Amino acid sequence: MLAQLAWKNIWRNKIRSLVVITSVMLGIWAGTFIMSYVFGMMEQRLSDAIENEISHIQIHHPDYDADNDPVFVIPQSQQLLDLLDEDEKVDCYSARVLAYGMINSASTSAGGKLIGVNPAQEDKLTNISQFISSGEFLDDTDKNKIVIGKRLADKLKVKIRSKVVLTFQDVDKNIIAGAFRVIGIYESYNSSLEELNIYLNDKDLLRLLGNGANHHEIALLMNDSKEVDAYSTQLSSANPGLKVETWKELSPELNLMIETMDQSMMIFLIIILVALSFGIVNTMLMAVLERVREIGMLMAIGMNRTRLFAMISLETIFMVMIATPAGLLLAFTTIEYLGTYGLDLSAIYAEGYAQYGFKPLIYPTLGVDYYIKIVQLVFITAILSSIYPAITALRLNPVTAIRKI
Amino acid sequence: MSYPQNHTNEDSVILTEKLSKTYEGIVPVKAVNQVDLEVKKGEFIALVGPSGSGKTTLLNLLGGLDSPTSGSVIIHNQDIAQLTKNQLIDFRLRNIGFVFQAYNLIPVLTARENVEFVMLLQKIPVEVRNARVDQLLKEVGLSEQANKKPSKLSGGQQQRVAVARALASKPQFVLADEPTANLDSKTAFNLLDMMAKLNEDEGITFIFSTHDQRVIERAKRVITLVDGSLESDIVKEVLVA
Repeated sequence: MLAQLAWKNIWRNKIRSLVVITSVMLGIWAGTFIMSYVFGMMEQRLSDAIENEISHIQIHHPDYDADNDPVFVIPQSQQLLDLLDEDEKVDCYSARVLAYGMINSASTSAGGKLIGVNPAQEDKLTNISQFISSGEFLDDTDKNKIVIGKRLADKLKVKIRSKVVLTFQDVDKNIIAGAFRVIGIYESYNSSLEELNIYLNDKDLLRLLGNGANHHEIALLMNDSKEVDAYSTQLSSANPGLKVETWKELSPELNLMIETMDQSMMIFLIIILVALSFGIVNTMLMAVLERVREIGMLMAIGMNRTRLFAMISLETIFMVMIATPAGLLLAFTTIEYLGTYGLDLSAIYAEGYAQYGFKPLIYPTLGVDYYIKIVQLVFITAILSSIYPAITALRLNPVTAIRKI
Repeated sequence: MSYPQNHTNEDSVILTEKLSKTYEGIVPVKAVNQVDLEVKKGEFIALVGPSGSGKTTLLNLLGGLDSPTSGSVIIHNQDIAQLTKNQLIDFRLRNIGFVFQAYNLIPVLTARENVEFVMLLQKIPVEVRNARVDQLLKEVGLSEQANKKPSKLSGGQQQRVAVARALASKPQFVLADEPTANLDSKTAFNLLDMMAKLNEDEGITFIFSTHDQRVIERAKRVITLVDGSLESDIVKEVLVA
């Protein structure tokens, strides 16, 4: 009976109720979509970081990270690679030889990270060949050839087939140099990597560094991302002389972002709902104050305080409950569409995103559990928003309320 | 004319003892002053007096809508001043019917739903409820208008619905504050006829506050208030007899 009366009361002033319903609907849509946008962006960043940059797990000499001294190689790295080859849990890996040095062109020079790779392994692990915008990626047979990022190429004013000189320290701390030819230029979504990473054949770098056949870094991808932590522990136990790190340890800032995103987005949604709740309170207060005489009459003829409170609360809850599925449906449709076709912001924010390693084409995504959380939060907001108008109604004195014009 | 005599408490519906209500302010106003009153079952009472004489305040006190400054209101052997707010609301629901000057129907409900509403609050079973609504609407002559909302009814029809609503809970008595004030003569006369019939046939006790001479003429007992005090209490049958 109360529900029926509350429902009818909502439609006394259709325009006002529809304004509230629309504002709540748009608020839910906006909040939900922004959450999906940020989650999509973060998931994409995580996926890109793992698939193209840091992989699931990296293995180094325990002292290598301290100052990247090339002397700290992974001892008998080939034996370890053979074991990884046989392990079904491992999808793919790349063994790298690393050095930090300078790259000099005819006109200028720049710092860079030299990454000596087995081209086939590296391409399988990081899909680097897909980023080549001119020229080609390395081949096993290539000698003294390098692939650099477009930003670095622009900086050095070099192009395909240009000659450059790489200068770095060998294991004996001697400065050595080698002449290389640029055979490929890649364009990455991550501008800092594009300016830093220089790919060359691992044999070339091993030869110049003089540290035998051992690698500095093994990066690997697992078949099942859920097994990363367990496999890392397993590798650590089996190789106590090596440092085995997961992507969470390699990129703690990325892990922090992912871990705190849930709370951040919920806080964001709560802020939207708090703002909306003021609109709801305002509308319901108006609805109560323009019905003072009727509320006085209801109290006079026997509607008790609990029922009156329930009636006002139900009016608020009904309006929000109309808006919620509509808002969520609108958000779901938007997310599904853009989740499939992507939201392309390259015309506006490409530079800004690239600086932080984000792609400008975002695929929004949101798990079902977030929809449930949103419904719960909206329901709580509706109940809280109804309290003040309901209390205002309860405070009315039937004697004076009935006589209110 | 004579004052009522031989009233006993056994068939009393309302009994007030030295009932007073003072509104505090810069100058305190004694709206009701030391009123002793006994209302018996089946009475048809007009509460009259000039504006500001305390008629509405007395009705509010009798209906438990307002609390007295002193004295007591005993309804059906219950001193209503002893009840909590929620108990008082429940007491009103079960014992008192209200008819207001401005009808005060619920605009979003039909005539039928307005009458039914009080019984819904009382949690009366649906079969009983439906039968009583049908009966009440028939008695007030609005069976044909049952599914119309108040906005589609005339003032007189709305007041008839208000009377039916007031009777829906089978109250001890009905309090009506200026029920004919907003009605034209013919409509007012019809309404009074209907209420008089309900009083005669079903023994329902009515107490009206009114300025309306037509109401006063139809009343069986006329209580006059002046400056909050009971000036006269006249039972017409005694006079006629």
